[in-house]
Amino acid sequence: MSLAIRGISSDPAPAATVRRERRTSLTARGEPMVWLTGGGLAVATLMIAGLLLLVVFNGTLTFWPKRLVQITTRDGQTYLGEITRTETYRLSPDQLAALPATEQERIRTRGGLAERQLLRTGNFDIFGDHFKWISRQDVARTEYPAEAWTFERQEWGWFVGFLKEIRVDGKPTTQSLAELHGPARSRFHQIKSLEKNEIGEVNRALEELRLNLRRVALKSGKDSPAYAQAAAAAGKREAELHKQYETLVAEVARIRAEDARYTVLLATVDGRTKEQKISEIVRAYPANQLSTAQQVGVYLSRWWEFLTSDPREANTEGGVLPAIFGTVMMTLIMSLAVAPFGVIAALYLREYARQGPLLSAVRIAVNNLAGVPSIVFGVFGLGFFCYVVGGQIDQMFYPEKLPTPTYGTGGIIWASLTLALLTVPVVIVATEEALAAVPSSMREGSYACGASKWQTIKRIVLPRAMPGVMTGLILAMARGAGEVAPLMITGVVKLAPELPVDGHLPFLHLNRSFMHLGFHIYDVGFQSPNSEAAKPMVFTTTLLLILLIALLNLSAIYVRNRLKKRYVGAHF
Amino acid sequence: MALMEEKTQVTTPTHAAARRPVAPSVADASTPSLSLANEETVLEVEQFNLWYGEKQALFDLNLKFPRGKVTALIGPSGCGKSTLIRSINRLNDLIDSVRYSGDMRLNGHSIFGRDVDVIELRKRTGMVFQKTNPFPMSIYENVIYPLRIDGETRKSVLDEVVERSLRRAALWDEVKDRLHESALQMSGGQQQRLCIARAISAEPEVLLMDEPCSALDPIATGKVEELIYQLKGLYSVIIVTHNMQQAARVSDYTAFFYLGRLIEYDATEKIFTNPSNKQTEDYVTGRFG
Repeated sequence: MSLAIRGISSDPAPAATVRRERRTSLTARGEPMVWLTGGGLAVATLMIAGLLLLVVFNGTLTFWPKRLVQITTRDGQTYLGEITRTETYRLSPDQLAALPATEQERIRTRGGLAERQLLRTGNFDIFGDHFKWISRQDVARTEYPAEAWTFERQEWGWFVGFLKEIRVDGKPTTQSLAELHGPARSRFHQIKSLEKNEIGEVNRALEELRLNLRRVALKSGKDSPAYAQAAAAAGKREAELHKQYETLVAEVARIRAEDARYTVLLATVDGRTKEQKISEIVRAYPANQLSTAQQVGVYLSRWWEFLTSDPREANTEGGVLPAIFGTVMMTLIMSLAVAPFGVIAALYLREYARQGPLLSAVRIAVNNLAGVPSIVFGVFGLGFFCYVVGGQIDQMFYPEKLPTPTYGTGGIIWASLTLALLTVPVVIVATEEALAAVPSSMREGSYACGASKWQTIKRIVLPRAMPGVMTGLILAMARGAGEVAPLMITGVVKLAPELPVDGHLPFLHLNRSFMHLGFHIYDVGFQSPNSEAAKPMVFTTTLLLILLIALLNLSAIYVRNRLKKRYVGAHF
Repeated sequence: MALMEEKTQVTTPTHAAARRPVAPSVADASTPSLSLANEETVLEVEQFNLWYGEKQALFDLNLKFPRGKVTALIGPSGCGKSTLIRSINRLNDLIDSVRYSGDMRLNGHSIFGRDVDVIELRKRTGMVFQKTNPFPMSIYENVIYPLRIDGETRKSVLDEVVERSLRRAALWDEVKDRLHESALQMSGGQQQRLCIARAISAEPEVLLMDEPCSALDPIATGKVEELIYQLKGLYSVIIVTHNMQQAARVSDYTAFFYLGRLIEYDATEKIFTNPSNKQTEDYVTGRFG
């Protein structure tokens, strides 16, 4: 009894055992790991947030109308334009010595750094330049002339200057620009529509006629009676079409003539003038007189144009609608192709194939496929889909068009299939994991009810794995929508004349080449003759692409969550 | 895979007769002197051995399960109770490494015969699992799952089966207003009773229950036990349980297994009051296991 009490008593230990004060070491407590892991997360978050912030900041500010500043330099030149950006640079000692004493002093106090501003002067047709660098030390006078205007034109970029006169038939008129601009623009669109739709229709009919004739020739020979008959019919129809064409061309000419009556006389800041058709002015505003509401108006109108119209000025201005359309459509076709393909492959791998070394090898190969450079997929897509598959389709179904390829060249279907190939490993891996995560109790329950393997897969396993499949699809979509390299050789073009969907049978033209936001970014940013003007567009387009992918993903996540609620349940 | 192939089973007249549910008899439950010798056999296990790979799990089992009665299988963990009942509906076929010898006969017909359709067999042997496993679909669809996979689409038939099965599973009153809601929203006890309803919806002859109450709270357990008691007579129930009281409460006969061998098999009352084997006595009195 006494022993037991001694055993648990808190009496000081016998002298023989020396109790060392023990402290838990830092590594054992794991404090540094908390900092390490937390720090890693912080760095990653900062980088992503920084990038997003940069894109969002630049992207949203692009379309805000800025004031026009008129700068007179010391050598008597005047410039008018928007300040695009300001930067500092270091002057050489000689340059510094040549400056007036006050300027020298100012630059010295700033540590020898001089400032310069990039002025967007526009008027490329007159000046031969869109932009002009002006150093701060050269500036003699800065003003904001109230009557300065910014004109965004259909061609030649901006005109920055003054509105001298509004003319009808070459004579000044009392009507305002705002009054005349609306009708002028609608005339412009009318001409565009006539040329594109009506005349395009006639051309299409003519082409169809030619192809029909060719088909007959290929089928029954050029000297057969069938051909003669077809040729006669075609000749008659062709004459009709030509007459139609003449009428349309006359109509266009009439509207053009009417349109040419309305012009404005514009003057640059150094007094040179230019007469401009009103219809060719996209947007005009007196930049220094805008109220905040009007600024917002211009801003929104630019966004609207960006989202809803075709690009102009070598893609550096105007809209990106065809690119938005192409991106979304390509991503959807890709998803449609990749989902069943990936799910079927994963089903076999997980449910039917005998697990063993061969299967492991296949799995490793599938995973490695995700690491192959995307351009390699592009080359494969071009070689296999475009040339082999597309070439075969052309020979079988479109022989009359040859040697002009129909499917035997880059097109949205081939680009989508190439991307599907690129992203299929993602879907396979995600689906396999989802299939493996279906509890065996569910499968056994189904088997015990007398279900066959396929019935169990179809009714129990697949629905239950669906949210996981969606996760794979989301990852695949994000990967695919942002991919550019393989698209460049399988169907993306700088400027697509037609959308892949239109009103002509079969409505969906999957063989057509298309525009893509990712490629648009590359093209505008690095292939553009006017890269300075294009730079803000790069940010805006990037912002749009990110938003678009986020939107596609959010909708997929919404679907996934609904599936989850339905099939996985809240219990356990 | 080979076992899954669809074959049409020719149901012999004897089968048809055997499948008629035996009318529940009150006398059975109240008469103390139950004897296996007086029972009609529904399932006979003969010289049954089973191996997982190299490891033998069941040794020379010989026993007959009586028709329309509840038979409890008890024994310490790993003694092969679950393995035995999973062999009855050949669920063990899903495990690659399983081999077996010997035979089992349902109504006198071997279930391992070459001409046996596994799917047909499983439809005649409903099973309820330890872990509740309602399918991710509505309550209604869960109950008719065995009929759905048979391709039954007549609504009148399905409605009838749903109501009958849910009533027998004592669940009808609780869920009749939300038959088309997800089964996953139910409580654990309800889910287990739903699984029972599903297991009996195809009118099986034998109902296999693998520790059906081990994941349930006492109240839900009570409900399920009551249900088993009511199902007696309609189906031949084989229940695996770790709970001695449960075995004593719900079963007519009890088989005690130890290390893959059948130690003792007799009327429940006898097993619990006057076992003839020392090991059985030690186990049921809680001296080991």
